Amino acid sequence: MEYAISVLLSGISVGGQYALIAIGYTMVYGILRLINFAHGDVFMVSGLIAIYLTTMGLPLPVTLALAVLITVLLGFLIERVAYKPLRSAPRMSVMISAIGVSYLLQNTATFVTGGQPMNYPTIPALSKMVTIGGASTTLVTVVTPVLVIALVFGLVQLINHTKIGMAMRAVAKDFETSQLMGIKINRVISTTFIIGSALAALGSILYFTNYPYITPTAGAMPGLKAFVAAVFGGIGSIPGAVIGAFLIGICENIIKALPFEGATTFVDAFTFALLIIVLVFKPTGLFGEKATEKV
Amino acid sequence: MLEKKRVNTGALLSLFGAVAALALVILLENTIGPTGQLFTVLKKGAVYALVAVSMNLLNGFTGLFSLGQAGFMLLGAYTYAILTVPVAAKDTVYYLYGGSAVKFSLPDLFAGIFGDGMLSLTLGVLVAIVLGGLVAAFFAWLIGLPVLRLKSDYLAIATLGFAEIIRAVFQWQALGPITNGANMITQIPTFSSFNIKTESGTIYLSSAFPMLIMILCLAVIVMLINSSYGRAFKAIREDEIAAEAMGINLPHHKMLSFCISSFFAGVGGALFAMYASNAQAMVYTSTMTYEILLIVVIGGIGSISGSVIATFLYVACSEWWLRGLDSGSFLGIQSDLFRNGFRMVVFSVVIMIVVLFFRRGIMGDREITDLFKKRPRKAAKEAVK
Repeated sequence: MEYAISVLLSGISVGGQYALIAIGYTMVYGILRLINFAHGDVFMVSGLIAIYLTTMGLPLPVTLALAVLITVLLGFLIERVAYKPLRSAPRMSVMISAIGVSYLLQNTATFVTGGQPMNYPTIPALSKMVTIGGASTTLVTVVTPVLVIALVFGLVQLINHTKIGMAMRAVAKDFETSQLMGIKINRVISTTFIIGSALAALGSILYFTNYPYITPTAGAMPGLKAFVAAVFGGIGSIPGAVIGAFLIGICENIIKALPFEGATTFVDAFTFALLIIVLVFKPTGLFGEKATEKV
Repeated sequence: MLEKKRVNTGALLSLFGAVAALALVILLENTIGPTGQLFTVLKKGAVYALVAVSMNLLNGFTGLFSLGQAGFMLLGAYTYAILTVPVAAKDTVYYLYGGSAVKFSLPDLFAGIFGDGMLSLTLGVLVAIVLGGLVAAFFAWLIGLPVLRLKSDYLAIATLGFAEIIRAVFQWQALGPITNGANMITQIPTFSSFNIKTESGTIYLSSAFPMLIMILCLAVIVMLINSSYGRAFKAIREDEIAAEAMGINLPHHKMLSFCISSFFAGVGGALFAMYASNAQAMVYTSTMTYEILLIVVIGGIGSISGSVIATFLYVACSEWWLRGLDSGSFLGIQSDLFRNGFRMVVFSVVIMIVVLFFRRGIMGDREITDLFKKRPRKAAKEAVK
């Protein structure tokens, strides 16, 4: 029983971290129809930034706040430099550009770190041990779902009740028409990237607290899984992405705990199998809107 | 009539170029010896060029954006490796699993018929390579049934996911007696196995072998693209709905393109196993697919010769010319910046510049043989004016 609780808890925790990344994917896809392959790497770079800031000897809260800020700046810059010039280009060109950015970020990270795994600073407030239902775990496990739900609530309010949120919904609905209605789409897109990167930075703080170190490719897998979560939940839908992420996180940890040999090998495979199944049988996901192709 | 003659000149030129390149490679390798960066570049370049062209066939000519290339390479590499580990070496290679479940080895089988020697080795290797391609094509067919219905980026992410699944399955302990688990399969025939030892010395064919296979495969792909199938592929790329309205069977042609592309990716994977002299699932990550995709982009999406040129440039830069960027001094400049990994940073920046500002790549969608033609398109355009 305790074992079951601990599996469930770590599933919820990982799921929450995926959720924070998945929101970035789903918002960007909703507006630009672009799978932002670089998003997972932004998540990784955010972790590295936190590490390098810590070595500079700043107090921990300042470090983390700065890390989030720099990540936001990075996300903003990536959009301006790599995606904006391709606004009128075919969709595939933008996706190739995203893959190029991902490649660039990974290679730069390898260069800067020298390819060595970097130790993530311990955040005492998050790595304190607590006991829930007999299963002991770190505090981050409890903080993550609470934080995620709070953030999602805030985000949904932002999208439904503010001017910029209305603009986002309009741009997501129809790119060109909203432009004609006087919405500054570049501002909307930048805001989307800023929100996405900020959430990815928060996710990276929570995620890497549980992991001892970061490698340059550490962002790729969580990034892809978060994307799967976004697809599963119905791409473009924020609550969908969050629910999808929690489900994937929990399923992953259950598979990890399955009592057959080599179960851990299939953790990643499961996520992708789920992706293919969802895409084939319900491409709109759990909460996605049905889009019809116009000739 | 005129048009037909032009095509023939192009084909003749390519054939002549291919034979000359092959002869030059053999000559060079036997005069300056097989060690040296040039030959690494030639071998790896040949392998990558084949995979890049196979990706271009799908992404550039059929407009199906697939990111599964590394997965199909893995299938080819493992099929090749599993079938060619010499029977005598199986126990040492598979020592963790107490020997292999595959009790035979193709080169040894042929040795039983034709005797030990070059002939049975070549036959065994060739059959294994082709089987590698076929296995990749078969899996492509399996996965293609559901995923080819998906649109652009969903197809990309589904094939990427498929490649990751394949990679996980091949590392599964339970399949150890066949795939050697997460460990590499070694002791397979490599390119160097094709160096013929005679009494007077060695005839080096280790670079010529991959070049020859690459040229043969490229010839098949070029012929395919110039056939009615190729025209159907291009029609699908330009506009699916219009192509369907013209009577092109979309699912059939998409599947055909997907399977053929995967076949050649599998062959490329088998060659890559020969190049690396082992097969290991860890290597065939999505990063590898990205690398190949970026090569295709540099060469020009929709140009076979562009992909080949870009591959050799890319491999030459990464394995040879830009080595200095990693090891302290480049073009006589010493700098602390030039340490491990800097080469790849420079590379990615160059790639981003190409992606953003030179979207057509080196060749655009033209072929190198077009350069020798009398520019019929331009003349036609002027006539219209």
